[in-house]
Amino acid sequence: MSILVDENTKLVVQGVTGREGQFHTLRNKAYGTNVVAGVTPGKAGQDVDGIPVFNTVRDAVEATGANTSMIFVPPRFATDAIYESLDAGIDLTIAITEGIPAHDMMRVYTHLKRGDQRLLGPNCPGAISPGKATVGIMPTDVFTPGRVGIISRSGTLTYQISKEIGDMGIGQSTVVGIGGDPIVGSSFIDVLAMFEADPDTDLVVMVGEIGGDEEEKAGAFIAENMSTPVVGYIAGFQAPPGKQMGHAGAIITGSSGTAQGKKDALEALGVKVGTNPTEVAEIVADRLK
Amino acid sequence: MDLFEYQGKQLFARHGLAVPSGEIADTPEQAKAAAEAIGGTVVVKAQVQVGGRGKAGGIKLAATPDEAYAEAQNILGMDIKGHTVKRVWIEAASDIKKEYYASVTFDRSAKKPLVMLSAMGGMDIEAVAEEHPEALARLHVDPLIGFQQHDARWLIYHADIDVPAQKGVLDALMKAYEAFIDLEATLIEINPLIWTADDRVVALDAKVSIDNNSLYRHPDLAELQESVTDDPQERMAHERGVTYVKLDGDVGIMGNGAGIVMSSLDVVALAGGTPANFLDAGGGSNAEAVATALEVLLSDPKVKSLMINIFGGITRCDEVAEGLLTALDTLGATLPIVVRLDGTAAEEGRAIIADRAPANVVVEPTMLSAAKRAVELAKEAA
Repeated sequence: MSILVDENTKLVVQGVTGREGQFHTLRNKAYGTNVVAGVTPGKAGQDVDGIPVFNTVRDAVEATGANTSMIFVPPRFATDAIYESLDAGIDLTIAITEGIPAHDMMRVYTHLKRGDQRLLGPNCPGAISPGKATVGIMPTDVFTPGRVGIISRSGTLTYQISKEIGDMGIGQSTVVGIGGDPIVGSSFIDVLAMFEADPDTDLVVMVGEIGGDEEEKAGAFIAENMSTPVVGYIAGFQAPPGKQMGHAGAIITGSSGTAQGKKDALEALGVKVGTNPTEVAEIVADRLK
Repeated sequence: MDLFEYQGKQLFARHGLAVPSGEIADTPEQAKAAAEAIGGTVVVKAQVQVGGRGKAGGIKLAATPDEAYAEAQNILGMDIKGHTVKRVWIEAASDIKKEYYASVTFDRSAKKPLVMLSAMGGMDIEAVAEEHPEALARLHVDPLIGFQQHDARWLIYHADIDVPAQKGVLDALMKAYEAFIDLEATLIEINPLIWTADDRVVALDAKVSIDNNSLYRHPDLAELQESVTDDPQERMAHERGVTYVKLDGDVGIMGNGAGIVMSSLDVVALAGGTPANFLDAGGGSNAEAVATALEVLLSDPKVKSLMINIFGGITRCDEVAEGLLTALDTLGATLPIVVRLDGTAAEEGRAIIADRAPANVVVEPTMLSAAKRAVELAKEAA
C-alpha cells in the first residue's frame, strides 16, 4: 500500500493547457500516473497529448470518473479552482500554486473541514508513491519504492532528504509535500494518521521548518497516537525573528515558531530530531536495523 | 507588508474608525505648519516600525507650533533600535480617560481571525496576556460567517469595558474587523484604543500588516510599501525580485528553494561558520536567476566565501553551472566559491564547472562537505 496517490488515482489537471501545467502533466503521465482529464475553461474538445480537455471539473468527473485533481492555475484563479474541485466531489485536491492570499485560504480551510475531502497544499510539490504514481512537480528519479513515509513543508529539502535516505538503500512508500504556506489543507497530523494506518509504512520522516506550531501539535499527536516510529528534521535554526525565509509560512513571530523550540518540543515527546539531512538519514537507517 | 502608524491611521479613517486628526511631516518646517493647521497641543510621533518609541524619546508633546518644530528637529534622524526616523506624524493631543487594547489577527494555528479586547491597554499586551490572562478577552471568528455584533458584545462584557465607552468600543471593533477583511490584513492592532474625556472612543495607535499575497487585489495598498531597509543588498535583492535576507556572517549562501537554503544556513553554522545571508534563487532557477543572485551576494563586502547548494528538480544543474560561469565572466569575482550540484542534470553541471570554471570555483559532492569547505575557505580568507 501507500497513501494519497497510487494505481487507483484518476487524475484531472486544472490548468492543463498552461505552460507549466502541460509540462508537469506529461511528466506525471510518463511516470505512470493515470491522467484521465484536463480542465481549461473554453477549451473543451481539445486534448493535451491524448488527454481530453473539459470546460469544467464537473464535466471531467462525469466523463472520466476522476478522483484526484492537481491545480496549476495562477494565484488569482486558484481559490476558485479549489472550490470547483471540492464542489465536483474530487476526493483529493493537490494545489501546486504558490501565492494564494491568506484570507482566501481561511475561508477555503473552514469550508473544507466541514466535509471529508482532502486538500494538499497550496504551495506544495505534490505527492509521489514511488513506482506507482506521482502527482505534482517532484523529480521522480530521486525516489525509490520502499517502506519509509516522508512528510514535508518544503520541496527541495524533501528531495535532499529522500536522496540521503535513498543513498543508504532505503526507499519510500509515499512522499508528501504539505506546502509552505501559513494555511494548508492537510497538516502534518492529517498525513501522519494516514501513514499510521498504512501497513506498508514502517517509519515516517517529518520535515518541518520555522514558523507556526504545526510541528509541536504533530509531536503531541505522535506521542499519543502513533506506533510507527517518526524521525524529525527542522530547518531554520539560523533564521532571525521577524524575517520571512522564502516560504510565506516560514517566519518566526515573537518567541514562537523557532527551530530550537520545535526541536525541543519534539524531543521532549520522544521524537528524535536530526540536526542535518545526512544525520536524519543515519537515524532512519539505525531505526530500521 | 507592515505599514507605518500614519498609513494605518489614514486607512482607519477611511474605514470610519475614529483617529485624531493629523498630518505627516518630513522636516521641522512641515511639522510646524502641521501643528499650526491642527491647532492646540499636538503630539510629535516618530514613524518607525519598532516598539518602544515612547521610551526611546520618539513621542513628544508640543504646546505650540514652535515647540513642534523643535521636537521634530530632535526626533527626525534619531536612531530607534536600529531604525532611523525619516518622518514624524503630527496629531492633535487627546484627553485620555482610559486606555484599552483591541486587535484582529490572523491566527495561523486556529486558521481563523482572532479578535482580542482588553481594558488594560497602553502597555505590552504580551505581558498582560501572561500576567493577567483573564483581562484579555479572546474570540475566534468563523471566516464564512464574519464578526457579528453579539461577538463584539461578548468581548466587551468579558473585557469589562466601562459602560459609557461600550457603544464606542463596539463600533470600533466592528470597523476594525471590516478593515481587517477589506484590507486583507494579517494584523490590525490598536494599542491604545482610548476612551476620551468627552466620551469618544479613538484609535491612538495603529499597527497594520497586509498579506503580501493579496496585494495584486489592492494596488492602492501596494503603493504604500516604502522600502524600510537601508541595507544595500536587501534593497538590490528587492528591486530584482530575489528572496534575500541579510545575516551577520561571512559565508554567502545561495540555493534553490526556501527549505534547502534554510537547511544550508544551519549546516554552515554546524560546520563552525557564520552564514552571511539567506538567498533563494527560486524553484525553477535558470541561468539568469543565478547570475542575478550572484550579483547580490558578491556586492556584500563581508562575504569571504560562497556556498552554492542546488538540488535540481525543475531546476537543471547544467543551466545553473552555465549561469554561474557567465556571471563570473561579467562580475570577475575572485573569492572562493564552493558548488554542490545534485538532481536533474547534475553530472553535466559538474562537468561544465570542471572544464571551464576559474580556479576559485570548486565542486563538492555533498551538502555537508560543501558547507565544511566553504567555512574553511572563509576562515582562510579572513
